[in-house]
Amino acid sequence: MAIDCIPQALKLRRDRRWWRATVDDGLWQETAAGLAAGRWTLISLWGEAEGVRMALADEAYGEIGVVSLPCPERRFPSVGRQHPPALRLERAARDLFGLEADGAPDHRPWLDHGRWGVRYPLGLAKPDSAATPYEFLPVQGEGVHQIPVGPIHAGIIEPGHFRFSVNGETVVRLEQRLGYVHKGIEGLMAGTDPVSAVRLAGRASGDSTVAFALAFCQAGEAAMGIDVPRRAVWLRALMAELERLANHFGDIGAICNDAAFAILQARFALLREEVLRAAADCFGHRLMMDRILPGGTAVDLPADGPRRLARLVEMVRRQLPRLVELYENTASLKGRTVGTGLLSPELARRFGAGGYIGRASGRQIDARLHPGYPPYDQLTFEVPVLNSGDVNARVWVRISEVEQSLGLVEQILGALPDGPTRGEAAAGQGEQAAEGGALVEGFRGDIFVWLRLGGDGRVERCHLRDPSWFQWPLLEAAIEGNIVADFPLCNKSFNCSYSGQDG
Amino acid sequence: MRKLLFEGLFQSPLTEPPPAAEAVAAFDLAGRLDRAARRRLGRSLAIRHVDVGSCNGCELELHALGNAFYDLERFGLRFVASPRHADVLMVTGPMCKNMGEALERTWRATPDPKWVIAVGDCAVDGGVFAGGYACHGGIAALVPVDLQLRGCPPQPLDLLAGLLNLIEENAR
Ligand code: SF4
Repeated sequence: MAIDCIPQALKLRRDRRWWRATVDDGLWQETAAGLAAGRWTLISLWGEAEGVRMALADEAYGEIGVVSLPCPERRFPSVGRQHPPALRLERAARDLFGLEADGAPDHRPWLDHGRWGVRYPLGLAKPDSAATPYEFLPVQGEGVHQIPVGPIHAGIIEPGHFRFSVNGETVVRLEQRLGYVHKGIEGLMAGTDPVSAVRLAGRASGDSTVAFALAFCQAGEAAMGIDVPRRAVWLRALMAELERLANHFGDIGAICNDAAFAILQARFALLREEVLRAAADCFGHRLMMDRILPGGTAVDLPADGPRRLARLVEMVRRQLPRLVELYENTASLKGRTVGTGLLSPELARRFGAGGYIGRASGRQIDARLHPGYPPYDQLTFEVPVLNSGDVNARVWVRISEVEQSLGLVEQILGALPDGPTRGEAAAGQGEQAAEGGALVEGFRGDIFVWLRLGGDGRVERCHLRDPSWFQWPLLEAAIEGNIVADFPLCNKSFNCSYSGQDG
Repeated sequence: MRKLLFEGLFQSPLTEPPPAAEAVAAFDLAGRLDRAARRRLGRSLAIRHVDVGSCNGCELELHALGNAFYDLERFGLRFVASPRHADVLMVTGPMCKNMGEALERTWRATPDPKWVIAVGDCAVDGGVFAGGYACHGGIAALVPVDLQLRGCPPQPLDLLAGLLNLIEENAR
């Protein structure tokens, strides 16, 4: 429909709302030009044994397409040259698969820090020896000096390196260097059965374990054409909303804390803890890890589960309004969050920013609705969108999403279908290799998974794309012109995942 | 805000009772510290957290230690920003090779006497990430480990019990 290169595509397959095309160099570049022109949004770009692929969405996220370019020479025309959001993904594809992006403006390694003892571990691997020093981008100007931070930061946080170039107190440029927590998850998944692989997918970013497991399972189920029992579909959504609540509470509190307002941090931390305890009571794990399995869920809601969760919702509903009122009426706090860390709607759109980051900068997106997956088609909720793009907007989108998620939990509890929670997952033995994709709305934004299962039912290739891939670069943009002291606040309001992007 | 603070005066505390020292079984606590060192450290420990590749699940539960239910600081335990101020390194993650140099430098920057705690299955033996090209599979590959706290992630009460054991051992 929106993809005007389809008729020329060399090969095209279509299932449900996903289409696939194998293209040549020319069409690949045309597609890149379409991305640069804003006709489509880049969902991901990744390496495969035989070439490179990218996923893209039309404007309404109604359709998602996967474009494959075979690369017998291990090279492909750079997309990042025309469309910067692809740059880091291309650098990662080179580091992992040895696929070179011709014409790319940035050839520095990204995930490979020269420490693995091997180059191109997922491609034609070859031994590697010494680490070469990483070259940061040069910054010029009178009075500009640099502040290097990390990889280890002061606090209980994940590691990554930030290089600030500052003039006086003002940040002129932030350059990130990530990849420190690269675990090689996609490599570890290859060759495993789906039940082992979902454990890995659920640990790509622990705070989004439910959403990642859900995305992995949906991709596998799409590939195999498996239908999931209705009760399991609803329980999965219940877990996903609890995960969203817990993380939003944690985030709102932490943002207030970074604006030196500790009482809200303390209060929101209690709400978060209450959600985790309810999750443990109902599903047997505070973060609900390993509760979603291919074909359904690992556990059912216990008999007193609905009452337990109803109590949780009621307690939150009682406490939340006063905390929100305190946030809204504390001038010293608002003075820090309003107008700080501005992200323009234009940049958010170009980078396809998901979650509260995109929605606080005017993007009307939510993977639960577009492309959408059950049971959200049977539930009523709003997608809060603001346009100011500052820290305050990102707080407010979270607050509104909390309110929506509380309503969703109630609706799910009220209409939870009976029946089994796990179908015959018997992953189509003796069949051919099958591929499938999924886009799932985690608390942080849309999570993309592309999965190929072999004829033996094992994972041949799985690509996981955390929303942070497109959010980290936007943080570099949002901090520009702010004072150094506001960086923690801006950073927290983004709360990107290091583990999720590093893989 | 006054309302919230005022209410706090009349609410009973949410704080959990401290876990019994034996609540966590199978501590692998090496007696590396001599008596003098133990006396010097007393019952208060400064903790520096280091993430060497965690999925961030372990961090979430380390964070939870600070909330009013677990209230780590009532035991004289606190997280500090610099390894130079730390007695204990709590290390999470499967020891990603990309974090090797950073952990070694942090360990060297931590003054003696010091303990290292491997927090979570990943830090103990690599957990689900063991065996890949990118991880050593547990932090013991690079630094000596004094205490292992298993779990994926370990629950806050288990973390608390582990730390209290360390203090008790230290005070003995
Ligand atoms: S032990 Fe589990 S929760 Fe902790 S870092 Fe490893 S995978 Fe994540």
